[in-house]
Amino acid sequence: MNDSTGSAPEAGKIKIRLEGLSKRFPGQGEDAVDNLSMEIPEGEIIILVGPSGCGKTTTMKLINRIIEPTSGRIFLDDEDVTKVNPDLLRRRIGYVIQQIGLFPHVTIADNIATVPKMLGWKKDRINERVDELLETVGMDPGNYRDRYPKELSGGQRQRVGVARAMSADPDVMLMDEPFGAIDPITRDRLQNEFLRLQEQIKKTIIFVTHDIDEAIKMGDRIAILREQSHIAQFDTPERILVNPADDFVADFIGRGASLKRLSLSRVRDVELHQWPTAQDGTGHDEVRRLLEASDKSAVLVLDSQQRPMRWVNAEHLQRAGDGAALGEIGLPAEAVVQPNATLSDTLNEMLTARYSTAIVVDSSSAYQGIVDIDTINDTVRSMRRAERVRLREDERNDEQVSS
Amino acid sequence: MPDEPSWYSSFWTYLDFARDDVLELTIDHALVVILAVALATVIGVVLGVLTYRTDRPRELVLAVTGTFLTIPSLALFGLFIAIPMLGLGGRSVVVGLVMYGLLPIVRNTIVGLREVDPAIVESAQGMGMARTERLWRIELPLAWPVILTGMRVSTLVLIGIAAIGAYINGPGLGELIFSGLARIGSATALNQVLAGILGIMVLAVLFDLVYVAISRFTTSKGIR
Repeated sequence: MNDSTGSAPEAGKIKIRLEGLSKRFPGQGEDAVDNLSMEIPEGEIIILVGPSGCGKTTTMKLINRIIEPTSGRIFLDDEDVTKVNPDLLRRRIGYVIQQIGLFPHVTIADNIATVPKMLGWKKDRINERVDELLETVGMDPGNYRDRYPKELSGGQRQRVGVARAMSADPDVMLMDEPFGAIDPITRDRLQNEFLRLQEQIKKTIIFVTHDIDEAIKMGDRIAILREQSHIAQFDTPERILVNPADDFVADFIGRGASLKRLSLSRVRDVELHQWPTAQDGTGHDEVRRLLEASDKSAVLVLDSQQRPMRWVNAEHLQRAGDGAALGEIGLPAEAVVQPNATLSDTLNEMLTARYSTAIVVDSSSAYQGIVDIDTINDTVRSMRRAERVRLREDERNDEQVSS
Repeated sequence: MPDEPSWYSSFWTYLDFARDDVLELTIDHALVVILAVALATVIGVVLGVLTYRTDRPRELVLAVTGTFLTIPSLALFGLFIAIPMLGLGGRSVVVGLVMYGLLPIVRNTIVGLREVDPAIVESAQGMGMARTERLWRIELPLAWPVILTGMRVSTLVLIGIAAIGAYINGPGLGELIFSGLARIGSATALNQVLAGILGIMVLAVLFDLVYVAISRFTTSKGIR
């Protein structure tokens, strides 16, 4: 028997402990999950990632006992829950699956109210909770509470699925490829929203995916699983990227690891550059003076709330003539990101807009500064340099050991 | 010489004359069918719920209820006369009708329950909904439109078969048909048979309208 153990380094309180968990399905010669032990720290997103068939979904379903383990024990808050009533256990654990599984015959409000109703909450409290949750996931309660699932888009259903899982405020949530069936653009937005939400709610989340990029983006810690749910490596995304435990992990991360590392740094981590700006309504002469005084070829036009509007250069001014308002000439201010965007997203925005700069704004869309392509380049280069230094140190250590 | 009255004017004259009788027989006919469908629904849904997740029992139930439908109704009713608890009359007719009505309802209950998206059931389970609650609150409501279609088919089949029940003194429009057929050649024979057939057709249409209304009122807006 292979003993695969994962304990989270430098973690706080342990929320869930799996002890020698195994599952063998009837009629199969091999365990689907083999002797898995793992400690899951409180308040973090733990990603279970691995190739298809590695047992990651089975592992997740063992935790709320949708699949009953053949042997081993599950502890939640140090309480052995391997034998307690599974229905009561599941009401303490939020559950989101890829197909979402909203109940099509009841309204959005009733979907969200499922668990609170089972727990016997009062009607007023349930109504309040439903409205609160809809607002949390960015949907207007007045507009959506009485609709049916078929009237929603895929992204909206996903939000309702998350709201439903949070309805009774469980400490733990299990999410099985929750963003898997959604188009890439919406998925990206939902991932960002979910990360922002997690900053407030601080749930312990076990998140299954087969997509290493999603794992790196979403995870506080990642458990990379090989077949039979043996843990190949359980660590923070940074350390897994820089220091893959073996060839299996290195293969799974794939090439382009330095590009992936861009998903680890966020705009707020890098230094913002400043750019000449002009308020909409500024005179053309004033703008020309600004341009001459700086080494940049264009100014960024802001509206009265400091929100970016247009890029304007000397040529635009000349072509437009003296009367034209700044806000109507030049090029649109695209590639706008917020400080919590990853550098990978930022690069993406730039490439989409075909600009070599991205504009950084705060949460009220007011201009903060600029990230340009050189900044991103430098970040990649410094990461690579750091990695090389680390590798060289490792080699030196190995040599010392062997000599 | 006055014209011979055409057959249809004589039919209307007959119908006008026998109106109260025909109406009473039609109501009896409807009541027998409603009672039989109600019993078949209770039994059929229970059988469906008990067997839809297991292969062998499910096949067995479908085979047995399917075999019921192949027994000629005249023979079955005739057989019932010999059974002490049943004998002549309405009770035998209802038992026979329930047997004939089972297959569409059992079948549709099983199909409806099996067609419920497994992801929906799993998410209900994952939220801690117990087995019986899942059945009542999720699976049966989602299967309901399919079950209702089974009841509708069953009703149409039973309206026709119920007429044969008159052969063993059962209530309903069959009485008109059988007594007409027994007196073929007499003045009112054809009219009686026609009245029986017409009554059955009108009943079929009325029942169908009722089913449309039931379906409208009992199916959630979310799955219509």
